[in-house]
Amino acid sequence: MEVFVQQLINGLTLGSIYGLIAIGYTMVFGIIGMVNFAHGDVFMVGAFIALIFFLFLTTWFGWALIPALILVLILGMFFTGLWNWAIERVAYRPLRGSFRLAPLISAIGMSIFLSNLIQVVQGPRNKPVPPMFTQSVPLFTENGYTVAIGYKQIAIMVITVVLLAVFWYVVQKTPLGRAQRACEQDQKMAALLGVDVDKTISLTFVMGAALAAVAGVMYIMYYGVVNFSDGFVPGVKAFTAAVLGGIGSLPGAVLGGLLIGLIETMWSAYFSIDYKDVAAFSILAIVLVFLPTGILGRPEVEKV
Amino acid sequence: MSTPLLKVDHLTMRFGGLTAVGDLSFEAQAGQITALIGPNGAGKTTVFNCITGFYKPTEGMITLTQPDGKKLLLERLPGHDINWKGRVARTFQNIRLFGGMTLLENLLVAQHNVLMNASGLSILGIFGAPSYKRAEKEAIELAEYWLEKTGLIARADDAAADLPYGDQRRLEIARAMCTKPLLLCLDEPAAGLNPRESLLLNDLLISICRDHNTSILLIEHDMSVVMQISDHVVVLDYGRKIADGPPEAVKNDPKVIAAYLGVEDDEVEKTEAEIAAIAAQAKGDAR
Repeated sequence: MEVFVQQLINGLTLGSIYGLIAIGYTMVFGIIGMVNFAHGDVFMVGAFIALIFFLFLTTWFGWALIPALILVLILGMFFTGLWNWAIERVAYRPLRGSFRLAPLISAIGMSIFLSNLIQVVQGPRNKPVPPMFTQSVPLFTENGYTVAIGYKQIAIMVITVVLLAVFWYVVQKTPLGRAQRACEQDQKMAALLGVDVDKTISLTFVMGAALAAVAGVMYIMYYGVVNFSDGFVPGVKAFTAAVLGGIGSLPGAVLGGLLIGLIETMWSAYFSIDYKDVAAFSILAIVLVFLPTGILGRPEVEKV
Repeated sequence: MSTPLLKVDHLTMRFGGLTAVGDLSFEAQAGQITALIGPNGAGKTTVFNCITGFYKPTEGMITLTQPDGKKLLLERLPGHDINWKGRVARTFQNIRLFGGMTLLENLLVAQHNVLMNASGLSILGIFGAPSYKRAEKEAIELAEYWLEKTGLIARADDAAADLPYGDQRRLEIARAMCTKPLLLCLDEPAAGLNPRESLLLNDLLISICRDHNTSILLIEHDMSVVMQISDHVVVLDYGRKIADGPPEAVKNDPKVIAAYLGVEDDEVEKTEAEIAAIAAQAKGDAR
């Protein structure tokens, strides 16, 4: 029981990070039908941007931890959004209207470019930040084991829930969100009603990157290190989460993220930590056999 | 005669070796309902696609005169500006609603630019700025006005895909009208409607034209609709214009009859001669 609850907390924390990255995948897929394989690396770039600002603020300017982190979140979202906007502009938009695989290949190229760029400009070593929020709240003790929830974990879950609420509001209630949903269904018709489709797609990339940047900040806060190759595995996991939840569905992405996080931590606790990725991907494969559109995905309707 | 609202000059659209529309010129006057008719495959929808920016015409010029007298060349505008700057709206033969969104949301998407400007890229919208709230309220009022007018207000919060066919057609017109267009292009609005729905549609179209400062360009196969409501009829056959004039004149044009009934060319000449003879005789009788 005590191990289970502890792993549940750990799994939900990890799942929150995956879920935030997965939203970027699912939104871009929803609106232009393309899997943005560079998104994992955008997350890594976001983590590096956060790292740089964080070290600037805390060591040079001597800011306190909490205001520094809040400013880092805002700056990280802004600059990562800018990065993804530029990526969409140079690597994907010129290929729109080309055959379906062209932007996909471009995305893979962009993924390699980003990780290599960071390797060159930031160096190949792990970049650490000093440990922060090391305290934790003990919940209960059983069999001599105290189940605790860390301040970091609380922060990650709270930030995730708040962001998802804001994000949900934007997509459901604002003109931008309506335009995104309209473009998702019929881009040409949306253009005929005066919606600037290119701009809407750009803003979708910016929004996805902003959430990935938040995930990046949480990642360095939680693990304390980041490395140029750290975009790949979380990126693939988040993509898996998006597919598991039903690609194109926003609640699905979050649900998928939480599930992948839980599967991973539970497997590590009860079976073998070496095979945690195998477990996550096997469960994906099994779910897709029975639910080909994912858990919350709608069946693909052929457009006439 | 004043400047026409829409002027199509020598429009040609080729797909490879096929000329879908050849050297077509016509005008649509402001405040009128202009009908574009012709047998299947005559190129009517292609003309619409050129006007609304779906196709870039191979040759020709499409000029739209704004109320302030400014002339816009529609074939040069990017897709979304044809609606926003050019103020042209259209509906489709095979309905293209946003099926997963509610009726109200469909009509709000049509007011996207107004709302987007008022909400400052949605940022002010999140914080609930008063200017955005006012704009949103006005947008919802306009949407409700058109839902009322098309008789769909009771289903405002249902998904558009759940509506029956006739209602979907009316919703498409309501959505187009929410963009406050100068020119509304309707592609077979009466297709698949029952006679009662068709009559209601006639009233709606006449009201749009008379009361809302919107001119209509109409593709229609149902001749009763065309003859009842249009002020001006342009007839196409094989991508070329064969007749142009008020409905009564077009109805009796032997070329139009031939195009619809499929008469040989020499027979057209014969019919023309016969009609001329009858007309001459009638004149003679009158004397």
